[in-house]
Amino acid sequence: MAGITRGFLGRRGERDPRLPPGQYDARDQWPVLHAEATPRISTDTWTFTVEGLVEHEVSWTWDEIHALPRARYDGAIHCVTTWSKFDMTFDGVSVDTLLEAARPLPSTTHVMAVSHTGYTTNLPLADVTDGKAWVVWDADGAPLTVEHGGPARLLVPHLYFWKSAKWVSGLRLVDHDEPGFWERNGYHDRGDPWAEQRYQGD
Amino acid sequence: MTLTPGGTTHRRTLRWQTARVLTVRDETPRARTFRLALPEPRLHLAGQHYVLRLTAPDGYTASRSYSVASAPDGTGEIELTVERLDGGEVSEFLHDVVQPGDELEVRGPIGGFFVWPGDTPALLVGGGSGVVPLMAMLRQARASGHPDLLRLVVSARSPGELYYADELPGPETVVVYTRQAPPGAGRTAGRIAVADVAPLVRGGEDVYVCGSPGFADAATAVLLEAGVPVHRIRVERFGPSG
Repeated sequence: MAGITRGFLGRRGERDPRLPPGQYDARDQWPVLHAEATPRISTDTWTFTVEGLVEHEVSWTWDEIHALPRARYDGAIHCVTTWSKFDMTFDGVSVDTLLEAARPLPSTTHVMAVSHTGYTTNLPLADVTDGKAWVVWDADGAPLTVEHGGPARLLVPHLYFWKSAKWVSGLRLVDHDEPGFWERNGYHDRGDPWAEQRYQGD
Repeated sequence: MTLTPGGTTHRRTLRWQTARVLTVRDETPRARTFRLALPEPRLHLAGQHYVLRLTAPDGYTASRSYSVASAPDGTGEIELTVERLDGGEVSEFLHDVVQPGDELEVRGPIGGFFVWPGDTPALLVGGGSGVVPLMAMLRQARASGHPDLLRLVVSARSPGELYYADELPGPETVVVYTRQAPPGAGRTAGRIAVADVAPLVRGGEDVYVCGSPGFADAATAVLLEAGVPVHRIRVERFGPSG
């Protein structure tokens, strides 16, 4: 276990029990991190596609996805770079709604989230079903800005935030786990903040 | 655009190890370089980072990522340059408390995307503390006798806030001052512009941009205007994590 750092006492006072281990409260800040140039994506040409191991591949345009039943997430988000942010509100559509339309085949075990930039991130199917994941376009009541992944991003708030792919363009359903962009670069395949699964091997 | 990893992070590199602080050196009034001796050294790639973890007596921990500033050189030692952030739990501790002889837990090197392989032409664009991983690349290029592979543009607010001010200048580097330029500078103070980068674009090179999110987006826009294809640009954004 960790050796004590000489002279380090840590934060004074009560620690918020909503904070996973090793995280701090970013409060009114919402830091921005991504590896590619920030893209400009027009909602006129935007699409979201569920493909791979499905009965029907389905694509939605911006207007079509807005016609689906709305769903909201209220709660925290946790970034692997150690900030967390509480009391966020995101509006969009549940991934359950999108998967129902495409009907996953029984052999599906994982999904690869893909972005308009080419970014990818892998997730177990069970982490994006049963009310645990959304495609969102509003944050705290305002359209999601481009630096935060607008016009729409994936939201999987119970995992570290790199799983919540910015500028998401679809989900590819597969029957095995394969690493996405950060996962190939040493980050954990699942990324549970409460288990501190930051890097491969954690 | 395609996002292709430049390499992978080896599982063994992710074990925590206890490094010893060899020297502490001020780069600017708000930036300090820590030279660490690693008991289990592993050669890094220029651009990679380490995670540094502080542990309190009650078990509370705080960790942050810091880019390696030194070139991969086989010494078993690395240098991390840390900007002091107001209220930054880790950076303030490193600046105010840590001295040579102290032990610090680290793991790394980490990162396979924002890395320079050491033998390809590249244009480097850094703002403020974003120069740190680019300095590792410049140092490697100079040490290997191939400084011409690189072009480096650094944006700093004023001469006093320029990192590595004694070492950085050279035929392959350009410094852009945004608030206050020194007397005799060939350019008035102002944000990085197309005219600053266009002469350095040779075509076909990879471009590495590092700095705050605002700087990264401004620099990317300028690079695109200068004709750099978007898929050649790799970006590392420094958040306000302290």
